[in-house]
Amino acid sequence: MQSFETNKDDLIFGLSRSINVQILLAVAVILMATRPILPEAFIRLPDWAILSWDVWLSNFFNFVKDDLGLIYFTRTLTAGLENLLDVTGNLLFGKRRWPHLGPIPWTSIAAVAAVIGYWLGGWRMALLAGGTFVWTALIGQWKIAMQTMSVLAVAAPMAFFIGLFLGILAWKYDWFDKTIRPILSVLQTLPFFTYLLPAVIFFKVGPTAGAVATIVYAIPPMILMTTVGLKKVSPEIVEAGKMSGSSRWQMLRYVYIPAARTEILVGVNQVIMLCLAMVVLTAFIGMPGLGAKLLLMMNSFKLGRSFEIGITIVLLAIMLDRCTKVWVVKQPEHFEKETPWWKKNAFLLAGIGAFILFFLLAQFIQIADHITRKQDFSMGKEIDVLIKTFLDFDPIQATTTWLRWFLNVWVLIPFRNSLLWIPTPAFIILVTAFSLWLGGRRPAIYALIFFSIVALTGWWDRAVITLYTVLSAVILAMLIGIPMGISASRSEKWSNRILLVCDTAQTFPSFIYLIPAIMLFGVNDVAVVFSILIFSTVPLTRYTIEGLRTVPVEMTEAADMAGATRRQKLINVQLPLALPTMAVGFNQAIMFAFFMVIIAAFIGTQDLGQELQRTLAGTDLGKNFVLGICVSLMALTFDLAILKWAEDRKKALGL
Amino acid sequence: MTDQPPVISCKNVWKLFGKNPEKYLENMPKDHSYDAISADGYIAGVKDVSIEVNRGEMLVIMGLSGSGKSTLVRCFSRLHDITGGSIAVEGQDIMALSEKELIELRRSKMGMVFQSFGLLPHRTILDNVAFPLEMRGQDRHTRRERALEVIKLVGLEGREDYFPRELSGGQQQRVGIARSLAIEPDIWFLDEPFSALDPLIRREMQDEFLRLQDLLGKTIAFITHDFDEALRLADRIAIMKDGSIEQCDTPDRIVLDPKTEYVAKFTREVEKSKVVKAKALAKHSQNIENSGPSVPANSTIKELARFLMSDSRDAIPVVQNDGEKEMLLGGMDRKEALDILFGSD
Repeated sequence: MQSFETNKDDLIFGLSRSINVQILLAVAVILMATRPILPEAFIRLPDWAILSWDVWLSNFFNFVKDDLGLIYFTRTLTAGLENLLDVTGNLLFGKRRWPHLGPIPWTSIAAVAAVIGYWLGGWRMALLAGGTFVWTALIGQWKIAMQTMSVLAVAAPMAFFIGLFLGILAWKYDWFDKTIRPILSVLQTLPFFTYLLPAVIFFKVGPTAGAVATIVYAIPPMILMTTVGLKKVSPEIVEAGKMSGSSRWQMLRYVYIPAARTEILVGVNQVIMLCLAMVVLTAFIGMPGLGAKLLLMMNSFKLGRSFEIGITIVLLAIMLDRCTKVWVVKQPEHFEKETPWWKKNAFLLAGIGAFILFFLLAQFIQIADHITRKQDFSMGKEIDVLIKTFLDFDPIQATTTWLRWFLNVWVLIPFRNSLLWIPTPAFIILVTAFSLWLGGRRPAIYALIFFSIVALTGWWDRAVITLYTVLSAVILAMLIGIPMGISASRSEKWSNRILLVCDTAQTFPSFIYLIPAIMLFGVNDVAVVFSILIFSTVPLTRYTIEGLRTVPVEMTEAADMAGATRRQKLINVQLPLALPTMAVGFNQAIMFAFFMVIIAAFIGTQDLGQELQRTLAGTDLGKNFVLGICVSLMALTFDLAILKWAEDRKKALGL
Repeated sequence: MTDQPPVISCKNVWKLFGKNPEKYLENMPKDHSYDAISADGYIAGVKDVSIEVNRGEMLVIMGLSGSGKSTLVRCFSRLHDITGGSIAVEGQDIMALSEKELIELRRSKMGMVFQSFGLLPHRTILDNVAFPLEMRGQDRHTRRERALEVIKLVGLEGREDYFPRELSGGQQQRVGIARSLAIEPDIWFLDEPFSALDPLIRREMQDEFLRLQDLLGKTIAFITHDFDEALRLADRIAIMKDGSIEQCDTPDRIVLDPKTEYVAKFTREVEKSKVVKAKALAKHSQNIENSGPSVPANSTIKELARFLMSDSRDAIPVVQNDGEKEMLLGGMDRKEALDILFGSD
């Protein structure tokens, strides 16, 4: 990595970037070398220096909540949201609320899904869409799946509209864009537990809080995609709209939004996927549904049932993702003249027809209406046995046991202890030096500020453990993901296959990744690292392939003509050019890891996530928020430095 | 034709791009050059331009990319707000219009065609063409009727239900033309309408365009970077460079008498006899022998080549034919015409 190009902005105290990095490193080394004789206050912040953010924040939140009366406002909103959730709940799983129509027979829903699938993408999509629902029903998870879907059906559209609206504002008003951007980047790195507790406190436990947390969580990408899309509308289309005499509202309604259709639909896709991921996680605040069931099953180590629920969640994710993605690229087709109206609306009619047909059928045939426990095909116990026998199989058990021992004794624990051994100031200086080396002055200043804040909160040890878990998982993920990406990128066929796998894996709600980790390693640190590792291998592999595949052909051809061997070509031409893209993947891996490490609190960790999860049981908003911000600040430090490096590098390479 | 007041009249129009252009322009020395302005961090899109477009006239604005021709035309319709000077459309200062009045002006009087068509991808051809009508709130039925009428005019009937991406480039531009004509505008702006098309299609579209103009007789501001296209279509050509107009004149005058070195660069390669028309050479002072055959005013010298070779008079009468009556314009110096024909100048 050559990040030492010096330009004017980089000079600090008149010294170049590399000199400054060296000075910082020297200071850190001195601090570490003199650790035995350092006064206690230099090793860890003394108690008197720790600021009681949590108390202040709690007071502030209470003031806003009670004295300013925000709670009354939010509770009013709750009532409205609750009504919506009651409607979807009634329709989908027969909650006893207005309009008292449901539940809709599962066959009707599956049939309509198949018709929509066919309209979007032919037989394969029809099979995927219909098949997912058939599977869900037959495996006996219809009701919990519909509980999840009933929240999704309310949260996704709301997140879409709010995001669209805010996106339009951000596009229209520069000051709004500038205010909202830092908030969005914090929101996107904030651990989800931090979304959950305020939701519970302000919006009542259960589906409403779940829906609120989900909505808030899914809004940021929608805002970003809307702004991007509106900015990208071709100036000629804008001018054509103006010259047609459109008023401002007409411009927005008839010109900008339709012309930004693609990006807005990509936003829809992201909203739906994030909503699904979050809805599953709302299990932690007692939202019934697939997530809650999965949590329950994993708690009692029922691997078979967990596995089945995992498949349902994955199928739902893939289906929703594929359907919305196909929708993005679907172009309108014209009908020949004189096409009768029923032919033009064939899909609509088929959908309605299928719905009514199965609805009527369900009135007479019980199995078409719902599947009882005795009728389902769940093989939880059998799978359980299968998995356990498989894991007890000697070579497998020997492997996992050895891996666990090796990782624990030789990698994880030494690494963790050494990180904890470093005196706090030295640690902060090291991170600052890293940011300076990678990203330059601004990221370094942010690193210094952010990590100092973390130290001042008093959660330093837990923060370091969080960081240790993230780093060890990402480093291991690099050892797997990058070689895998490099070898896959050699052939078109394998690139596409692996990319498809990565794309699909990325749509899975993160919760899913806990299942194999627990299966293989039980409940301990290795399982935590392992679950993060699989999760963050995905972006690493993906961006490695993408980076290598997008190296301009004339450069690889030039290398070929210069007589480079494959190895020489890879090391001298392809990797350097792919590195900025790979850095983006690395960054995403770290962000994913920060996300996952919090969820892994479920397995049992000693980091910030664990503490966060504990706050969910109480009402200590201040502490919850402080912990969340700690995670967010650490993640942002990496985000800023790495992305800055990638950007500079891309510019330097002229990509 | 020229007795009426001009449709568009620009006086000392400036359009600067930069941080605070109004203030900069106020304090700027009057004869600051384009480069000097650039050095100050501003770009002079339009630099002190005064020009008029007359009723029923086709003014072609010619220039290379970055010369400011598109910017100037966008100032005419106030897609850009000008920095200094004044623009009047039909006698009305357009910078004084409120947003509502401006919209009204565009809805009733202006049409514009774009280089990359600017069609709305999610609308059918019919809906694209009807778009300006929809914006001004016409009902579906009349909208449809009028749209079909213009679609037919540009020769796309039967394609109403297609989407833009299903058409070829030439066809898409026909849609663009149809859309700009839907509201029956008095003023027609065309921003390099044929530049994105293949040379063969371009030629065909130019012919088509001339046919439409014969039929409709609009006031036109036409932008191009193609000098041949400008010569072919224009009543008058304005050649722009660095935001200012180098020369604005009829094609004949530009070819015969380029005013600047820059304009001369364009005219040098042109076969003048194909451009210069008999009327441009007709002079009153000539001693005309009013006997013998005359030549029509709008014929090019090239077209008259055979006649010029065989006739032996020094001055040949040039006659303008206005449909019913013939009018003698003057005499054309045969030697001058032959010089143009053989390019000996």
